[in-house]
Amino acid sequence: MTSDHAAAPMTSDHAADIDKHVRVYITVFVALMVLTVATVAVSYLDLSVPMAVTVALIIATVKGSLVACYFMHLISEKKLIHAVLILTAVFFVALILLPILTVNDSFGIDG
Amino acid sequence: MDIPYAEEVRPDTGLTNGKIAIWLFLASEVMLFGALFASYILIRTGAESWPRGDTLLDVPLATFNTIVLITSSITMVMAWASLMRNRFGTYRIYMGATILLGFVFLTVKYFEYSHHLSLGEFPSTNNFLAVYYTMTGLHMLHVLGGMVVNAYFWGPGATLWKTNPVWFTNRVEHSGLFWHFVDLVWIFLFPTLYLL
Amino acid sequence: MSEPPVVAAMPTVAHDAHHEELSFWRKYVFSTDHKVIGIQYCITGLVFLLFGFSLMMLMRWQLAYPETALPLLGFLGAERMPGGTMLPEFYNSLGAMHGTIMVFLGVVPLAVGGFGNFVLPLQIGAPDMAFPKLNMISYWCLFLGGVIMFASFFAPGGAAQSGWTSYTPLANIATTGQTWWLVGMVFLITSSLLGAVNFITTTIQIRAKGLTFWRFPFFVWTQFVTAFLLLLAFPPLESAAVMQLMDRLLGTSFFLPSGLVVSGQVLEVAGGGNPLLWQHLFWFLAHPEVYVLILPAMGIIAEVITNNTRKPLWGYRSMVYSLIFLGFMSFIVWAHHMFMTGMGTAMATFFQTTTMIISIPSVVILTSLIISLWGGSIRFNTPMLFAIGFLPMFGIGGLTGLPLAFNVPDIPLHDTYYVIAHFHYVVAPGTIFALFAGIYYWFPKATGRMMNETLGKIHFWGSFVSMNVVFMPMFIIGLAGVSRRLFDGGATYTFAEPILHWNVVSSWGAWALGIAQIPFIFNFFRSIRNGEKSGDNPWQATTIEWAAPSPPPHGNFAVAPEAHRGPYEYSVPGAAKDFQPQHEA
Repeated sequence: MTSDHAAAPMTSDHAADIDKHVRVYITVFVALMVLTVATVAVSYLDLSVPMAVTVALIIATVKGSLVACYFMHLISEKKLIHAVLILTAVFFVALILLPILTVNDSFGIDG
Repeated sequence: MDIPYAEEVRPDTGLTNGKIAIWLFLASEVMLFGALFASYILIRTGAESWPRGDTLLDVPLATFNTIVLITSSITMVMAWASLMRNRFGTYRIYMGATILLGFVFLTVKYFEYSHHLSLGEFPSTNNFLAVYYTMTGLHMLHVLGGMVVNAYFWGPGATLWKTNPVWFTNRVEHSGLFWHFVDLVWIFLFPTLYLL
Repeated sequence: MSEPPVVAAMPTVAHDAHHEELSFWRKYVFSTDHKVIGIQYCITGLVFLLFGFSLMMLMRWQLAYPETALPLLGFLGAERMPGGTMLPEFYNSLGAMHGTIMVFLGVVPLAVGGFGNFVLPLQIGAPDMAFPKLNMISYWCLFLGGVIMFASFFAPGGAAQSGWTSYTPLANIATTGQTWWLVGMVFLITSSLLGAVNFITTTIQIRAKGLTFWRFPFFVWTQFVTAFLLLLAFPPLESAAVMQLMDRLLGTSFFLPSGLVVSGQVLEVAGGGNPLLWQHLFWFLAHPEVYVLILPAMGIIAEVITNNTRKPLWGYRSMVYSLIFLGFMSFIVWAHHMFMTGMGTAMATFFQTTTMIISIPSVVILTSLIISLWGGSIRFNTPMLFAIGFLPMFGIGGLTGLPLAFNVPDIPLHDTYYVIAHFHYVVAPGTIFALFAGIYYWFPKATGRMMNETLGKIHFWGSFVSMNVVFMPMFIIGLAGVSRRLFDGGATYTFAEPILHWNVVSSWGAWALGIAQIPFIFNFFRSIRNGEKSGDNPWQATTIEWAAPSPPPHGNFAVAPEAHRGPYEYSVPGAAKDFQPQHEA
C-alpha cells in the first residue's frame, strides 16, 4: 500500500545512491554474521585471558565500526558529529582507564 | 511558531536539529554504558576469582540473540532506505520486521532470566551475576524503548508520511540511529559477558 | 518604550498563520515557551535555594551551641529535634541534603535551567529552543526530582544522611531516605541530559543570521560548554545510582567489600565489591559539576561587566579558548577528591598535574574580567556591585583550592573546614553573587520593570559582609584540623578548643546572611507590579536579547534579528552613542 503523494523524500541522496547503499548494507550484514561466528569460534580456542580479551575486543571493535560507519552512516557524516564523537571517545577512554589505573597504582606504597 | 531546521538542513552545518540531537543523546549513552563497562573491569580485576561467562551463561542462545539483533539492524536501515526510495509499503514491512525481531530478542532474554532465577541465580548471588543482570537489564530497557518508538513510527506516527514525507523519513532515520546503537552495545556486551 | 506583544500579523521567522489562545494551564504551567520555562526554573531554584539555606541555618545552631535546645524547633518532632535538641542523625541528613539541594536543586536549575533557558535563545536571536516540548519535559523532570528529594525528609529514618557524596558502603546501609535520594537523582540527571541536548542543538542551529561563534556573547559560550559537561559527565553517575539502587534493593555487592562488619555483625552479602568504584563514578560527574556551577556565573559576570564599564570584554578570544580548555580538562582531574584513598604516587602525580593545569584557564578568565574594568566608565548599579564583588571572592576561592590540588598538603586539609571554606567561597559569594547580578540585570527583560536600587544595594552589602563572616573563619578552624561533618563542630576534640568560638561567629554570620536576603525577596516580588517601567533596553546594552520587547512575546522577535557585529561594541571611537547593538544594521 504505497502512499500516493508527489515526490520522493528530498535529501542529499538520490535513488541510484540508495541502491548503492543497499548493496553496502547487505555486504556489511554478511560480514557481521561471519564475524559473529568468528567471535564464538575463537572462544573455543582456550586462549589465555589477556589474549582472549584482546581478540574479542578487536573483533567487537571491527563489528561495531561496521555498524557505526555504514548502518549509522558515520562514514559520510558531517565533521561536527565526528568532533562530538571523538570528544566522547576521549572521555570514554579516560573513564575506562583512569579508575583501574588508580586503584591498582602501587608506586610509592610499601608492602 | 516554526522552529527552523527541523526538516531542512542548516546550510553552514549541513545538519537538521534532530540529527544533531540524536547523536548528542547517543554520546551520553556511550558514557552511560561506558561507566558500566568500567565498573565491570574494576570489579572483575579486584575479584579473587571470576567465572568464565560460558560456564554460567547460555552461549548458543545468546549467539542466536546476537544474530537476531544484527538482523534487526539491517531491517531497520532497509526500512529507512525504503522511505528514501518512496516505497512506504516496503518500509512498513521492514519496520515491522525490526519490531518483531526486537520482540524475539526480549523473549529470549525472558527465558534466559527465568532459567537463571529458577536455579537460584540472583543478582545478589555473586558479582558476576550482578554485573550480568545490570548490564543486560539496562540494555533490555533500551531495546524496549527503541521498540516503543519504532512501533509509534510503524503505527500512529506513520500518518506523518502523508503530510510531511521528508520529516517522517528523518525521524525514522533518527530512530534507526538509536536502534543501531542498541545493537552496537550488544556487540560489545555479548563477548564481554558470555565468552570471556 | 515597551510595545504591545506583536504576534500573528507581522512577518516573522515562519510564524504560524493563526494563534489559538492557550488555556491557563498550557500558557503558564505546561508551557513550551522557553521564557516561561526559564522563569519556572528560576522560581524553583530560588525556592530550593532558600530551603537549602534554611537547612544550613538550622545546622549552624547546632554548631554554635552544640546540643542546646532551641525550643521553637521541637515541632520538628522526636526523631529530629526532641525538645528542640538536634539528634546527630538529623544533623547528618541536614548536611547531606543541604549540599544536594543547593547544588542540584538550587544553583544548577537557576544558572542553567533558569538563565540558560530565558536568556540564551534571546541572545542568539532565536524564537525559542530547538525542542520546546523536550524543554518542558526537562523542567517537569527536575520538578519531580525536587519533590522526591523534599519528600525524602518524611521517609522512615529521615532523608539521606551519607553526605551529598553518598559514599559507599555507608550509603548502602543507610535508611530509606537514601533510596529516595538515588531515585530523585535519576530524575534530576535526566532533566539535565535532555536540557543539554536542547541547549547544544539550539546554539548551533537556531542562532540568528550573521551570528557566528566568534560573535557570541561570552554568556552563550559558557552555556554551550556547560551543556557538554552535563551531557557527558552525568551519565556515569546515573549508572552508579542504578548500581547503588541494585545494592540497596536487590542485594548486589557492587560497592560492598567482602567481610564488611556493621554493628558488630558481618554483613550477609556476596561481597567482592569496591567502595572506591562509587567514588570514581561519583567524582567523574561531580568534578565537572563544579564547573557547571561556575561557568554560567562567569558568563553572567562578563555580560554585566562589559555593560557597566561601557567597554568591550578584555581578552575575549583568550577567555573563549580558556573556557573550552577548562571544560575539556575538567573531565580528567576528578581523583584529586580521592587523594586519601590509598592511591600510589604515579596516579597522584597525574591528577595533581592535571589539576594544576586546570587552574590556568581559570586564572586567565578571572584576570581578563578584572582587566576589563581598567579604563572603564563604571556604573555602580546593583548588578555591577555583585559582579565586582564576585571577582575577589572567586579569587579567594580559587587560590585556596591550590593546596588542595596537591596530595601532600591535602593530607592535613582533606575533609576539614578548609575544604568547606574553599568551595563555599567559589559557590556562595562566587556563583550565587553572579546569579544575583543576573537577576537584577535581566529582571527588566523578563518583567518590563526595574528592581529597586536602594534595596539592591542593601542586599549586596549585607550579603557581602555576612558571607565573609560565615566562611573566612572556616579557613582558620580547618587549618587547625577540625573535620567537616562533625555533629558538634569539633567540640569533643581538645585541639579544637582554642578556636571553637569561631563556630559561633560563623553561625551569627549565617543568620545575618539570612536576614540580608529579606530586602531581596521583598524587592523581587514588589517590583513585579510596582517597579519602575524599564523599556526594552534600560541598560543600553549591545546584545540581542535587548532588541526584544520587555517582556518578549511568544516568538520573541517581530522580525528575525540579524547580527552585524561583535557582541561588545561599546564606546566605538567616532560613533554617535557609546554602544552599538549587535543587531542594528
